Amino acid sequence: MTAPFTNITGKINRAFDVAAARADFPILSRTVHGKPLVYLDSGASAQKPRIVLDRMNEFARTDYANVHRGVHYLSGAATDAYEAARRTVQKFLGAAREDEIIFTKGGTEAINLVSYSFLAPKIQLGDEIVLSVMEHHSNIVPWHFLRERNGAVLRWVDVRDDGSLDIEALDAAINSKTKLVAITHMSNVLGTVTPLKDIVARAHAKGVPVLADGAQGAVHEIIDVVDLDVDFYAITGHKIYGPTGIGALYAKRAYLKAMRPFNGGGEMIREVAQDRITYADAPARFEAGTPAIIEAVGLAAAMDYLNGFDRNAVMAHEHDIYDYARARVAELNWLKVIGDAPGKGAILSFEAEGMHAHDLATILDREGVAVRAGHHCAQPLMERFGVTSTSRASFALYNTRADVDALMAGLHKAWEILG
Amino acid sequence: MDESLRELYQEMILDHSRHPRHFGTLEHPTHKAEGYNPLCGDKVHVTLVLDADSRVADINFTGKGCAISQASASMMAEMLAGRSLEEAQKLMDGFIHLVKGEDATDLSPDDREHLDVMAGLSEFPMRIKCATLAWHTFSNAIEEGAA
Repeated sequence: MTAPFTNITGKINRAFDVAAARADFPILSRTVHGKPLVYLDSGASAQKPRIVLDRMNEFARTDYANVHRGVHYLSGAATDAYEAARRTVQKFLGAAREDEIIFTKGGTEAINLVSYSFLAPKIQLGDEIVLSVMEHHSNIVPWHFLRERNGAVLRWVDVRDDGSLDIEALDAAINSKTKLVAITHMSNVLGTVTPLKDIVARAHAKGVPVLADGAQGAVHEIIDVVDLDVDFYAITGHKIYGPTGIGALYAKRAYLKAMRPFNGGGEMIREVAQDRITYADAPARFEAGTPAIIEAVGLAAAMDYLNGFDRNAVMAHEHDIYDYARARVAELNWLKVIGDAPGKGAILSFEAEGMHAHDLATILDREGVAVRAGHHCAQPLMERFGVTSTSRASFALYNTRADVDALMAGLHKAWEILG
Repeated sequence: MDESLRELYQEMILDHSRHPRHFGTLEHPTHKAEGYNPLCGDKVHVTLVLDADSRVADINFTGKGCAISQASASMMAEMLAGRSLEEAQKLMDGFIHLVKGEDATDLSPDDREHLDVMAGLSEFPMRIKCATLAWHTFSNAIEEGAA
């Protein structure tokens, strides 16, 4: 138990008590195939605490209407809640200004927005984009679009055999043709946490902006985009104990001012005539159409929930669970862990000898243990490690050592059946 | 032990996945197709020779994937060899009904018995596509895969 302390939002934090935290998540009390649920798939999507579900429900019941431009009372109330949610995201990421936060439908849309609105207009034939082999497809495919459509060159940076980023290789890959470094903050397969501040410093030294995919990083690390000096930081709501359908892009104000709109529609214009159009400033310029209002409110509730803990204590808890799991699976000589980078986050990917990940996941599922099996939307990484798929247990604040024990029992059973 | 798991991963399935029959690529196929499930990465490549009477004179497969997908491909190749296209279609329809837990009356008693090891799949709806991949690949080879 650590003593309560005051975080940047000025609230008193609860020290981290995993049993109490588990009680916040209604789904964790259910059974699957007659066994207690052991949810080890938070890396794909995290479960939601009651306070998030209640807040969305309450907002929809009492303060809901469409946002912006409305004259009536509820439109004002909903706009207030939506804009308050933006300020919550701003504080969560440590951004200097609220208008540097664009709501998107998720991390994927946030990265696509940067690809289309920021980078595409700058790309000339042969310009380069630097990315690592451990990127999620959401931080690969938008750049492939620019390769296909604009003639950009994708310059891949390798990881070492332990899954850590080869920072010298990354530095060497950045040259006068580089227009962007697109890098994960935390790998969804390896758990590797990249030295983002160092990456940004090295890229900026060569005048190149950096986009960080924070889909995992924002959940497990404490983010301060000003300190990192990162230019773009993409997050998604559903991995951070919030709802689906909402995410956000942090972008430096100077970039946003120069970026062309992505989607066209309502909310994002200043004036529309038959033969000309002017656009609203950010963030409205990039939020065409009715946004995910209830989900934005839910995302803010999730961030408030997470900030209600001592985040360092939560991180320490997750690392403890991971370390325990890592030590336990080391007992199994037929199981090979992929990703052992120093300081990595709580994601355990492995390959089991003679067992396909899907067969293994089916057996674990019958024990109530939910893991993910497959390529994890990271096929270049699978290729790098010479595998077609892995099994992945990803840990969240609500996981316990008992969950790891259940995983181990399931692994033993799988070996009994398939080994 | 969970009985349905034992049924799914019974010895015959594991044997087919570890020692697949008709494994390889025919040198002079009349039809071929590649089946791929992008969700899980399972791959099956089917080559076959259709003779003048529209009979599957020979059929081979190669592939990579879970035990279910590979065992299913192996059993399929074993069962399709020598059948007419009409019989093959009936077998495929019956197989798909069987793994979905539907009435598989289109299967002959012999075929039904042979495929019984796959009946347990109906308890695992998330895995049915693993078992049907090879069959859909065969079907694609016939329809669009003239070599």
